[in-house]
Amino acid sequence: MPDGAEPVLDVRGLKTVFKTRGGEIHAVNSVSFHLRPGEMLGVVGESGSGKSVTMMSLIGLLPSPPAEVRGGEVLLGGRDLLKLAPRELQAVRGAKVGFVFQDPMTSLNPVFSVGNQIMEPLIKHMGMTKRQAEDRAAELLALVGIPDARKRLKSYPHQFSGGMRQRVMIAIALACDPDVLIADEPTTALDVTIQAQIIELVKELRQKLGMAIVWITHDLGVIAGIADRVMVMYGGQVVEQAPVRELFANPQHPYTRALLKTVPSLTGERAARLEVIQGQPPILSGAPVACPFRARCAHAHDRCEAENPQRRAIDGLPVGQGHDVACHWSPEVRHG
Amino acid sequence: MLTFTLRRLLTAIPTLLLISLVIFLLVDLAPGSPLSDVPLTVPPDVRQKMLEAMGADQPVMVRYFLWLKQFFWIEPLYGIDALLGTDFAQGAQRIISWQSKVPVFQIIGERLPQTLTVVGTAYLIGVLIALPIGIYSAYRQYSWFDQAGTFFAMAGFSVPTFFTGNLLILIFAVNLGWFPTIYDTNLEVVDWASFTKMLAQMALPVTVLALFNAAEISRYTRSSVLENLGQDYVRTARAKGMGEQKVVLKHVLRNSLIPVVTVVALGLPTVFGGAIVTEQIFKINGIGAALIGAINVSDLPTVQTVTFIFAVLIVMFNLIADILYGILDPRIRYD
Repeated sequence: MPDGAEPVLDVRGLKTVFKTRGGEIHAVNSVSFHLRPGEMLGVVGESGSGKSVTMMSLIGLLPSPPAEVRGGEVLLGGRDLLKLAPRELQAVRGAKVGFVFQDPMTSLNPVFSVGNQIMEPLIKHMGMTKRQAEDRAAELLALVGIPDARKRLKSYPHQFSGGMRQRVMIAIALACDPDVLIADEPTTALDVTIQAQIIELVKELRQKLGMAIVWITHDLGVIAGIADRVMVMYGGQVVEQAPVRELFANPQHPYTRALLKTVPSLTGERAARLEVIQGQPPILSGAPVACPFRARCAHAHDRCEAENPQRRAIDGLPVGQGHDVACHWSPEVRHG
Repeated sequence: MLTFTLRRLLTAIPTLLLISLVIFLLVDLAPGSPLSDVPLTVPPDVRQKMLEAMGADQPVMVRYFLWLKQFFWIEPLYGIDALLGTDFAQGAQRIISWQSKVPVFQIIGERLPQTLTVVGTAYLIGVLIALPIGIYSAYRQYSWFDQAGTFFAMAGFSVPTFFTGNLLILIFAVNLGWFPTIYDTNLEVVDWASFTKMLAQMALPVTVLALFNAAEISRYTRSSVLENLGQDYVRTARAKGMGEQKVVLKHVLRNSLIPVVTVVALGLPTVFGGAIVTEQIFKINGIGAALIGAINVSDLPTVQTVTFIFAVLIVMFNLIADILYGILDPRIRYD
């Protein structure tokens, strides 16, 4: 695991709010994290926990209105992305930060050839001519494992299978050699064997190209296999963050513990029923004043109602560097 | 694509034959006689002679097959003769108008260009106005521009052309005197003065028709663009760092145009029908006016031929729409 290097991406206190008729929805609350060069950060959490919204807020991909980034800093290569003009941000998107989305069936434009779609960012960001872009696009398709790449440039998305389309999406995201690749549940819409292929591909590309990756998923099994560090999100907040082995070995937050119990085990005695986390995810209206997990938490006490817990380190390292958790309860300390 | 086009052209033949039969029977069943204009003092035996001279005394099926032969064989021969100066037709009997006793195609040849000038210009302007309005309305949904666009589209679509036509005539031709009230069919554009005169007399009818068309097409464009703006591939385009102009005018527009093409292509022939009313109001001596005149005096050959040409236009534009789909959307391949 690379350590000590300057982070390529440093997010501090990010806040995103959705303005709706029924009031404001606080989708992302003071989220901080960083990404070192070449590191892979896994982001887990259930639907609506703010994983995707956080990542889309970083580079202004959320429609505004209704979304509004309220505060925080997003430092990429020393520049605060939140302070950039729309045009400057465009120059970052696709060039410094690549994005791969969940559903490859709908994420490619059906009426343009894949070659055209891969060449677009090359022409815009790298200033390539059409011919250069075409050569590079063929290289990229070959790189993501599509056979007969040059010929396939002329094919349209509907002529590819789901897994192939996701490979094309990855080729687009990597076209301009970005520092950061954000993969938003890239394997969720694919069937299991294809999932494994895509994960292998990303692992391999990471070794070859050395970009840092944020991998959003709700599949803990995937995270265990590929990530260096894991960030667990709940109710728009980071509730726990740790190196991957540490998190699986020594989970601190009641939500993380519950989440790990919901994963079916392939070995050992078969449990009668899979564990579930009782209750519903919170509705994030109103500014957060209490712990978002309190209603579903077995360890909730008065303080959880009164005060939203801050992230605190549990291994002596600064918050964000080692293992930290946002919870008033801790497994070692017994509460009355 | 070529085989598809050929196949579609071939299947159009039985369709058109059936349509021609239905039109012929319907027109024939309609009440009225080609002699209703002839004074009652004309004795019955003379009337009978007149009917025989027109061929109107023949049974309906005989007249139908004669018309078919004339429409599909003899008239094209005359067309070739006129173009190349040959003599294939050898003086065969043409489709003759019962009213004016001149060949129907001669009437159409005189009247259709008038209609095409006005309707064609109006439709082109309508589409050119509607597309940007529809796109911008969708892009800035619920903005004041969108609200205003919605209002004018609703108004433009619900107020009939015979009302807006008369209103514009009253305001701009009668009260302000900017434009003539009557369209001069005989005006020929030979110099700058006659060109501006042509523009002036076209202004009002073109405005009426263009607004009506623009109202409808802008609505379709708006809803189609709106639907596509929410698609995942739009987010992908933005994530690639494409500018808003490229996102909307390349990625969204190409997808949005597919349903709009249907409306535009299929709307064109029906505009000829709608233009009949406008032609009456602005006294344009176009094909619509010719059709109305022919219906009034039971001039069956003219009614039949003009109506059938409208049917051919509809079938043709249907085919054009289908071909355009294939060009716009690679997922639609007919072969």
